[in-house]
Amino acid sequence: MAASTERETDMGSVNAGVSARRAVSSAPPLALRILAECPVSKARACDLTLPHCTVNTPVFMPVGTQGTMKGITSDQLEDLGCQICLGNTYHLGMRPGPEIMEKAKGLHNFMNWKNNLLTDSGGFQMVSLVALSEVTEEGVRFQSPYDGKEILLSPEQSIAIQNSLGSDIMMQLDDVVSSTITGPRVEEAMKRSIRWLDRCIAANKNPDRQNLFAIIQGGLNAELRKACLEEMTKREVPGFAIGGLSGGEAKDDFWKMVTLSTDYLPRAKPRYLMGVGYAVELVVCVALGCDMFDCVFPTRTARFGSALVPWGSLQLKKKQFAKDFQPIDPDCHCPTCKRHSRAYIHALFKCDTAAMHHVTIHNIAYQLSLMRAVRASILEARFPEFVRTFMRRMYPSRETYPNWAVEALATVNITLD
Amino acid sequence: MRLELYRVLQQCRRGVLLDLGLSGEHSLELPGCLLYTRCGTVPHLTYHTLCTLKHLPAVTQITLDSLAEHQEVLEEFQEGVRRFAGLKDTLIFCSLHDSAAPNHTGYTTNKTVSVWGSGGRIELTVAQYMALQKAIRPNWYQSMADGETRQLNPTRKRVCKAVDRTLSHLDECLSLHLKTEELRGAEIFGVVEGADVLEERVRSARETAKRPVGGFVLDGFHTEAMSQELRSQLIMAVIKELPENKPRVLLGVGHPDEVLACVEDGIDLFEGFFPFQVTERGCALSFSYTLDPNPESTERNGREFEEIPEHRESETLGHQQKKTPFEINLKDRRYQDDFCPLVVGCGCYCCKNHQRAYLHHLLMTNELLAGVLLMVHNLEHYCGFFCSLRGALESGRLDALKKKVLQGRV
Repeated sequence: MAASTERETDMGSVNAGVSARRAVSSAPPLALRILAECPVSKARACDLTLPHCTVNTPVFMPVGTQGTMKGITSDQLEDLGCQICLGNTYHLGMRPGPEIMEKAKGLHNFMNWKNNLLTDSGGFQMVSLVALSEVTEEGVRFQSPYDGKEILLSPEQSIAIQNSLGSDIMMQLDDVVSSTITGPRVEEAMKRSIRWLDRCIAANKNPDRQNLFAIIQGGLNAELRKACLEEMTKREVPGFAIGGLSGGEAKDDFWKMVTLSTDYLPRAKPRYLMGVGYAVELVVCVALGCDMFDCVFPTRTARFGSALVPWGSLQLKKKQFAKDFQPIDPDCHCPTCKRHSRAYIHALFKCDTAAMHHVTIHNIAYQLSLMRAVRASILEARFPEFVRTFMRRMYPSRETYPNWAVEALATVNITLD
Repeated sequence: MRLELYRVLQQCRRGVLLDLGLSGEHSLELPGCLLYTRCGTVPHLTYHTLCTLKHLPAVTQITLDSLAEHQEVLEEFQEGVRRFAGLKDTLIFCSLHDSAAPNHTGYTTNKTVSVWGSGGRIELTVAQYMALQKAIRPNWYQSMADGETRQLNPTRKRVCKAVDRTLSHLDECLSLHLKTEELRGAEIFGVVEGADVLEERVRSARETAKRPVGGFVLDGFHTEAMSQELRSQLIMAVIKELPENKPRVLLGVGHPDEVLACVEDGIDLFEGFFPFQVTERGCALSFSYTLDPNPESTERNGREFEEIPEHRESETLGHQQKKTPFEINLKDRRYQDDFCPLVVGCGCYCCKNHQRAYLHHLLMTNELLAGVLLMVHNLEHYCGFFCSLRGALESGRLDALKKKVLQGRV
């Protein structure tokens, strides 16, 4: 059904992408075709052609940390219209490890995923998950939580693992510092990230089929961000990520760094805002000019029984849903909403993992269809109106709109009523 | 409901149950197994993953263990568990206990039985039992029974009491059944108890057969309860007392070798919990059951066998049931770089799309997809076995099938 039409459009865009490569400068194996730009804000709708298929942006990329999407089969994920998802280099590098990955001929094959994959560098997990880690110029040194062995993750090592994973987009190893710290460590990390970018570019064995994205750092300091942007945009990389955000910093600081970054990033290359996934953040950051997003939130929260809906979320494990025989969202067309009620999922949560799968499917469907609706509104030049409608549905009243979102949208000329 | 027998060899029956369901639109081939569910869901599976299976049983089994706590909800819903669980096109058989769940003893009284849901024990009188059935609206359900003799090593007196109680529960159920509009068209299956006491088994069967039941449930024959030799002896004695034209469901027995023996003893239907237990211990069913003479499948069967003797019995499995000789343990290190499907030649979604190394990885990382893919494979394999069993009965090759299935045993 939808899947076959999807594929036909993909084929169409692949050809379109090839010609676009000549028109819009970009390094293979990636082509970005800008289809529409919002005349009011910085929002844009593009076709991003990658080795496995064309991705319609703005796009939310679900996170399949260990080579699987949390109980959802690759067919189910494809049926939801997912064109790109994430794998985590740190986890996959540990288990099953690059050797098995080489034997499996890459992560696509290993997990039987036909569309695109993006892998992170492993740096973020190292710093956030591993207590015993130490960053030096060489790389990140840490102790394996599985066998206690000391391991060095250098930029070269990270790229080597990502080369064995065969992802369509690889991320450079960056020096990750908490977004809430200040002082010289932020500058050191930013400068080191630039040096590591160069080492990553040099280490990429497959530049013909694996894209390497740079990650803009600089914490919450505008000057450092600008310096990083200036240096990194001099490099021939196929795309950029905005990193070091979404780590518990104040929302006011967050959006200012995002909009600053998109101001300096080249128009012709994709912009990936790392770690963002709440609906309102997605909509605002699209307005600020970002194309790609990822977050574990929609799938993680699903496993706790939280279903995302246009007016917020439903905590399905709560007793109030025990006799609620409506679907999660009566207007949703996902396989879960077509077949099951809130009451049934509530009951199922008491005895089987399939309850989680139902909500995971719904939440991914919600994120993807939100982004499809965003894209359609950009293509039809009605994005500002879309944002207003979205906000009205999401919040009970004008007074409850988050201030940062109102302000951020105002800077790109979207006023909320 | 009408039972048609194509072929009967001594006790062993190959047949079909026709005119099932309210409008008679369903049929069920015998011998067969039921589709195992918890709260109306095949463990780990969504509708999409369930639909990848080719030989799905026509009858879905649900248990009061997982449903009793939802009685109020089902009563308010009013349309029965089939619609509540989004099952739609299937028949529902409701039994008392989940054979894959731990079993509790010491709670049965003269007037009540107990079931265990997520919130603990729920005690049911016959009236409550029947109110639950009314809310669930199954097509078939077993009558309330005292099956507590299964683990106590009971005295003869206790066994006798269980048989008496079960018969008296059945009479009460039957009388309430007739008064319940919602259960019109549904069938009660009478439960044969009697533990390992031959005379009590015979009495239970004989008395139950006198009642207007749709079929028979044989309880207390669990794998752990007795040897197959004793089980066969008792089953044969029971079956002599049962009419030919009604189906016989055996509870608690699922290993392929036991299934084959019990089919020979005259059993028609089995529960489907075994593939689930195999899944929960991270294993994949891999025993051979294909009798197809075409060379391709002979070759694939040959491969399966070579692998089976390699199994080390020292494998430690984190699940209460021990691994059987019919499965491979995918947590074993040797599968970490094994890029074969779980079973070469298997047509299930898992085997067509994934490899042992991936399943090993999913199990080692405790990923939810492991349960999904293993359940798909194990269910397909198990249902395929029943398909092959029916084929073997038709062509008179049950002995060849037995040989094939038992060949892989360590």
